[in-house]
Amino acid sequence: MSETVIEAEGLKKKYGDTEAVAGIDLSIARGEIFSFLGPNGAGKSTTVEILEGFRNRDGGSARVLGEDPGRAGREWRSRVGIVWQQETMVPKLAVRDVVRHFAGYYPLPHDPDAVIELVGLGHKAEDLAESLSGGQRRRLDVALGIVGQPELLFLDEPTTGFDPRARREFWGLIRDLAARGTTIVLTTHYLEEAEELADRVCVIARGRVRAVDTPAALGGRASAQATVGWLEDGERREVLTDEPTRVVSELAGRFTGEVPELSVHRPTLEEIYLGMVKDTDEAEEAAA
Amino acid sequence: MSTPTTDRSQLSTGSARTSDPRAHRGRPPGVLRVGLSRGWLEIRTFCREWESVVFTFSLPALILAMFASIFDGMFDMGMPSVDYYLPGLIAMGLMSVSFQTLGTTIASEREHGGLRRLRGTPMPPSAYFVGKTVLVLFLALGQVGLLLGMGWLLFDASLPTTATAWATIAWVFVLGTVGCSLLGIAVSSLARTTQAASTVVVVPFLVLQFTSGIFVPVIALPDWVLTGASLFPLLWMAQGLRAAFFPEQMAAMEPSGAWDLHLVAVALGAWCVVGLVLTLLTFRWKTRKDG
Repeated sequence: MSETVIEAEGLKKKYGDTEAVAGIDLSIARGEIFSFLGPNGAGKSTTVEILEGFRNRDGGSARVLGEDPGRAGREWRSRVGIVWQQETMVPKLAVRDVVRHFAGYYPLPHDPDAVIELVGLGHKAEDLAESLSGGQRRRLDVALGIVGQPELLFLDEPTTGFDPRARREFWGLIRDLAARGTTIVLTTHYLEEAEELADRVCVIARGRVRAVDTPAALGGRASAQATVGWLEDGERREVLTDEPTRVVSELAGRFTGEVPELSVHRPTLEEIYLGMVKDTDEAEEAAA
Repeated sequence: MSTPTTDRSQLSTGSARTSDPRAHRGRPPGVLRVGLSRGWLEIRTFCREWESVVFTFSLPALILAMFASIFDGMFDMGMPSVDYYLPGLIAMGLMSVSFQTLGTTIASEREHGGLRRLRGTPMPPSAYFVGKTVLVLFLALGQVGLLLGMGWLLFDASLPTTATAWATIAWVFVLGTVGCSLLGIAVSSLARTTQAASTVVVVPFLVLQFTSGIFVPVIALPDWVLTGASLFPLLWMAQGLRAAFFPEQMAAMEPSGAWDLHLVAVALGAWCVVGLVLTLLTFRWKTRKDG
């Protein structure tokens, strides 16, 4: 299953004088959950919109499901699902009628009732789409994104407005879809969401890919030094080390009983990510 | 290659995909099928909004009821007031359900991302317009039915009796509604927001109602007003319908002293062409800020 679903080389897009996307290369395999991370205005939305066939690129090449997304037709569209970022208007009808109607656009849709059940709106199927809460509206958006049985699903900030439990349930749904071979391109601001779901994350800053790796290994995170901290003589002590286990066992020998306020900290995805974004900003400013 | 699967339980059972997913997907459903499905959706959605039903759809009928009861015998119109106002109000009703309905609803769909969402599906773009056509046709027939039915049942209006008159009504109905619909779609692109759209649509429409012989007889209007109004379809729709509804001698009350049906046909036909060109040039699935 190493078939490539998305392949991009040197993607470029300019708005006026600003290079929103300044040469992005990507390769995403079938069944992968691939997550874009990046500050607002970093170029990730533009990149995703180019891949969705919603924006023209100024340069570079892109193949999505074997076709150029800028020229792809209805058959290509029927293989792609999109869950939009902002709350997007739905017809003023019952949830079931809306999902049924959209299913009618696709050659081989899922059973609308099964999709409604799957996103957890079974008890709301007869309610007006307009009467749903924010989180429920997002679930309806997801239902409309997957009802066509897409091979490739774009999710843009899918869990904004979800409570923690709804978010966990949603993650389960996305994992299920990926396990069935749906390729998922996820754009999110929640780092724990990327960490939880993504096979690989891609950090975009200032229009370029800064790193692509598994969440566990991003930015050398797996091999990064750990910080061992404790309290000694009323002062907080910290040691940066490659061997936290050795440091802890030494400490255990030095103290009788518990080491006060002992902690072993490895960099979180958020720390790695923020460090990367900051480095990019500083490098760009130094260059300018 | 595995056989096409139509197993509806696939979603819940999680069966594996075939190696070539394209193999089991046929062609997307055709334009007509999707278009009719959209039409049905549009009609149901329209009927859900009672405000639009009352204020947009019933306004010409309310006005007819008021004029027929209040103005009857008040002025010398040479005929009962219900008969006098019926053709003009039908023209207004047709423009309302086409120009006003499409101009405001499409702007709202565009602003709130409804159009963008559609563009992200395999829905054929033409199916969207088939759906709008079905909606407008439904509303236009309902509008004519409501006005004729009310005039005839409640106010004893005299309806045309000749086949020629009904044929005139039919072609004015088609050309006028098509022209106004296209104009409405084009106008929806002018407005940046839904609120702006209701102004951009409602104000010109209101001005046209007063300058196209709906409320005020054309013969009473100054020449420059008449010239201005004759650039737009409403005046010609009203004139064509008067030709069908009014007795022959009323032609003397027209600016040229005749019904000039050939001019009506030319003007409305021209609006269909101009409207189509404007629509093709201006229609966007996204808002300006979406790029």
